[in-house]
Amino acid sequence: MTALTKLFRTTTFRLSLTYLALFGAATVVAIFYIYWNTTVLLTRQLHDTIDAELKGLAEQYTNGGLTQLVRTIADRSQTPGSSLYYVADPDGRRVAGNLTSITQELSNSLGPVEFEYSRPAEGGIETRLAFANVFRLPGGYRLIVGRDIEDRRELARVIRSAMLWGLGMMALFGIGGGYLVSRNLLARIDAVAATTRTIMEGDLTGRLPVNGSGDELDRLSESLNLMLARIEQLMAGLREVSDNIAHDLKTPLNRLRNRVEAALHEPYGEPTYREALERTIEEADGLIKTFNALLSIARLEAGAGGDNKESLDVAAVVRDVAELYEPVAEERGITLRTKPVEPVFVRADRQLLGQAIANLVDNAIKYGAPQQRAQGGNGSELEVSVTTEARGRMAEIVVTDRGPGVPSSDRDRVLDRFVRLEASRSEPGSGLGLSLVAAVARLHGGTLRLEDNHPGLKVVLSLPAESQALLNGTAHQPSGAELRSA
Amino acid sequence: MRVLVIEDDLETASFLRRALKEQGHVAEYAADGQTGLELARANAYDVLIVDRMLPKCDGLAVIGALRAEEIGTPALILSALGEVDDRVKGLRAGGDDYLTKPYAFSELLARIEALARRKSPEEGSTRFVVGDLVLDRLSHKVTRAGEPIMLQPREFRLLEYLMKHAGQVVTRTMLLENVWDYHFDPQTNVIDVHVSRLRSKIDKNFATPLLHTVRGAGYTIRDSTH
Repeated sequence: MTALTKLFRTTTFRLSLTYLALFGAATVVAIFYIYWNTTVLLTRQLHDTIDAELKGLAEQYTNGGLTQLVRTIADRSQTPGSSLYYVADPDGRRVAGNLTSITQELSNSLGPVEFEYSRPAEGGIETRLAFANVFRLPGGYRLIVGRDIEDRRELARVIRSAMLWGLGMMALFGIGGGYLVSRNLLARIDAVAATTRTIMEGDLTGRLPVNGSGDELDRLSESLNLMLARIEQLMAGLREVSDNIAHDLKTPLNRLRNRVEAALHEPYGEPTYREALERTIEEADGLIKTFNALLSIARLEAGAGGDNKESLDVAAVVRDVAELYEPVAEERGITLRTKPVEPVFVRADRQLLGQAIANLVDNAIKYGAPQQRAQGGNGSELEVSVTTEARGRMAEIVVTDRGPGVPSSDRDRVLDRFVRLEASRSEPGSGLGLSLVAAVARLHGGTLRLEDNHPGLKVVLSLPAESQALLNGTAHQPSGAELRSA
Repeated sequence: MRVLVIEDDLETASFLRRALKEQGHVAEYAADGQTGLELARANAYDVLIVDRMLPKCDGLAVIGALRAEEIGTPALILSALGEVDDRVKGLRAGGDDYLTKPYAFSELLARIEALARRKSPEEGSTRFVVGDLVLDRLSHKVTRAGEPIMLQPREFRLLEYLMKHAGQVVTRTMLLENVWDYHFDPQTNVIDVHVSRLRSKIDKNFATPLLHTVRGAGYTIRDSTH
């Protein structure tokens, strides 16, 4: 496709042509209408004038005979811009009038007629158009009264040429303007198309050009650029995840394979095999857990799993989870405390919310302790506190510990899949716990943030709280009356 | 126990049949939903093990059809889909329990035994007795050899569930699901610690332990003197 045909195919150009045709037609119709109306009006006036004059002159003839008629015509001919007169005797000879000669055709006709006549002008004789009415007087005389209509002919010519010029200019500017606008737009579209092609070829860093004019194309480009940025981010995430999966799943798989192979080569009997098999199952279970966690995160990030949301008291879920983990914490010398709070309602999936809180508490118990342990302390000063607070419109679940915390530079990173900080490598774990919490938070329209607890780590999971009105309607706390009657 | 396995994967099916037979159960087998449905209609089974994805007739549809005909044989759904939504769908379709692949056989066994037991009259009983341990569901009191034992509410529910399935193996996941109503993997051995606390209350000062750990499977409560 050549550049020109491409241009002609643009919407802008086609629109320009369409509008050009429409405006052209409208102009022609308007001008023609005006011209035609004017002509009709002028013609009627002309006829009236001539008829009135004919009538007057005929009366003169009836009253005063030919002499009176000739005198009157001579008088009238003196006034500038007068009508045209011609009186012929029955033989066709001129008797009076300011027309010096008439054509044969005119002299033979009767009634209204258009004709050309000559009159002296600067530098010779000019031929002009006239309109006349031929009247037969009693006695065989003919009276011709006419008006010069050369000006009208001129007017028609002027209007016609004005119309042609006007249409010509309109076509020129229309097509030219359409061409310029289309070319400009086409250039921008071509730039967008070129960028899109590079992106399709795999270079996700390309961005559509934005010229800052804020027009519709610019705004579209801006939105598309935001989309591209998000896609690039997702792709990078995906690539990272695949790399991580490859590493974090292959390593244990390889370990598993090595163990089985080693067991096969062992010359010892059943107890060795049994032990090897048991450890293989353990390893396989670990892999399955990692797989499940990965799938859960993937599904949550794809927006699935939100079908079982219900109105829940976060405080109750927190208490539940804390109660579940309390013995484990105690066993490790950690005091797990929950601040008693009023019920705070959110719309959430109980299983997902429970798992998210469990992951946070689990992390706090596992990683919130090592420093004191290393110093040989009894660890009794460690604590994990879980609180829910309706801060404004968000319900906040805060889990704090007194462990080494997470350096601020790593706080975003630890939310990614498989990321485990060096300090935590000694504890078992997949590096997926916080990723899952973050995914649960996103699914519920909330956020997960990590803060400094001076010392230790403070993790805040905030979820949109249900409005007070809704809360009153769905409060699950039994009222005093219900308690008494129970 | 007479079990019907509806599973299209031949290897899984034959593994299940062999393992169930080793445990002293009678296992029959159907390779697709249609056959499974016909067998389940015609015979009285104690438990159905139904794969969710089946040729001809989907596992949930099989259970749905049976329930529509008021055949209430307990059904355990096996599925590769393990998310909360899938579980809810499975249970809504009339399934009684839901197990995600891959699973440990001990887990499957414990669950079908619990399902078969659910139909027994003990289910609605108000008093559970194991040896000299007595749990009264109405007064919420527990005694051993006549001595009262003070339990936290959760410990009570834990013991209640174990005693309801006395003599059977109860897995950690079953406890988490039935006592706490959570279906996720708690990562840490939280259940073990809860059980060991309970054990210290009911077994510590007595000569015969009642609460036993079953290696590689879970826990069971039984009077081993009989």
